[in-house]
Amino acid sequence: MQLDEQNFEEEVLKSNLPVLVDFSANWCGPCQMAGPIIDQLAEDYKGKVKIGKLNVDESPQIAQKYMVMSIPTVIIFKNGKEIKRQIGFPGKEGYIKILEESLKS
Amino acid sequence: MENKVYDLIIVGAGPAGLTASIYASRYGLRHLVIGSQEGGALSWAAEVENYPGFKKISGLDLTNKMVEQVKTLGAEVLAREVVSIEKKDGIFEVRLNKNQFFQSKTLLVATGTERRKLDVPGEAKYLGKGVSYCTTCDGNFFKEKAVAMVGGSNAAALGAYYLSEIASKIYLVYRRRPLRAEPFWQERLREKPNIEIIYETNVIEILGDENKATGVKLDKAYQGKKELSLEGVFVEIGGFPGTQLVKALGVELDEGGFIKVTVDMKTNIEGLFAAGDVANTTGEFRQIVTATAEGAIAANSIYKYLKGGQKNEGKS
Repeated sequence: MQLDEQNFEEEVLKSNLPVLVDFSANWCGPCQMAGPIIDQLAEDYKGKVKIGKLNVDESPQIAQKYMVMSIPTVIIFKNGKEIKRQIGFPGKEGYIKILEESLKS
Repeated sequence: MENKVYDLIIVGAGPAGLTASIYASRYGLRHLVIGSQEGGALSWAAEVENYPGFKKISGLDLTNKMVEQVKTLGAEVLAREVVSIEKKDGIFEVRLNKNQFFQSKTLLVATGTERRKLDVPGEAKYLGKGVSYCTTCDGNFFKEKAVAMVGGSNAAALGAYYLSEIASKIYLVYRRRPLRAEPFWQERLREKPNIEIIYETNVIEILGDENKATGVKLDKAYQGKKELSLEGVFVEIGGFPGTQLVKALGVELDEGGFIKVTVDMKTNIEGLFAAGDVANTTGEFRQIVTATAEGAIAANSIYKYLKGGQKNEGKS
């Protein structure tokens, strides 16, 4: 799912499911590596965690609000609040780890 | 579980590993490339102007071209992290996790280097809150802001040059004098009025307001001050060899921790080869073109080894 300034509140902050937001941009090499993994995880965690991508060029205000100054960064939100943050590209296992942790918390 | 034994597994998907795969495909070797990041360090480079055939290309584009060529030739590239490598009865076992592993007759280590950190107070605390190891990823967050680039290599110079189009001010802080970067880069930096070079100085602390970085502390005064106010600190001070996975196999390393190889990229371990930045071939001169060359030599050497059942000499 593509997130932006218009749908962020509805899709992320008001979501009943936890939401993983992948902050990325076209000019970031490691983000390009993360992209397909994030897509795959969106399939794998369907119904458990909502997974969305946010382009920091198109939605700079959200990146600024959550003080994202390095990409790729993923933030997991639960009940409208940030519960986990992963800065940098941790590989598929790294993403799975924080997803699993956030499901337990 | 996969029970076939590959001729070759290449660990690392940077220029060395990808080139080795191109040659391995052409030699008809059944092989697999495993790397957590396609392109490795190359994928981070804003622009590449010293790889023949391309006057100017971004690291990401060059990576994609290499990967495309590898895949066109039929090789598999697995974007996964390897957790361990063992050798049992002459067969390498490359493990991705508890349940998943692949086996091969030979192994090429092309794991490159991992980014060196400053190892100063505040660095970990402000990672992603001003501290960055990837100029192309994070440069755009510092539009019209003051930043520091720590380092003196080509990569640091390229980073400072790239940032000069975005940030208002760039302090290039280097512990020595002159810069290690090529004269080509030194000239280009001089053309940029918003780049200031601070020589023979170390950053000893990253300062911040708890939420984000606000400056750096220097080990000696610059224009009368030991602190610089800025919002971004980019660290480009080279890397240390990614040998963690193969240390357990007993591979010989040099004083810097790089893998000792012969001219044909053999290590002291039978069937184990190394190429690219992780190998001790070119000293501090680690280039895309040297990595690709070594990848090609390694593939040729592996092909001969498999064909002739030759032993690794183990001399470097």
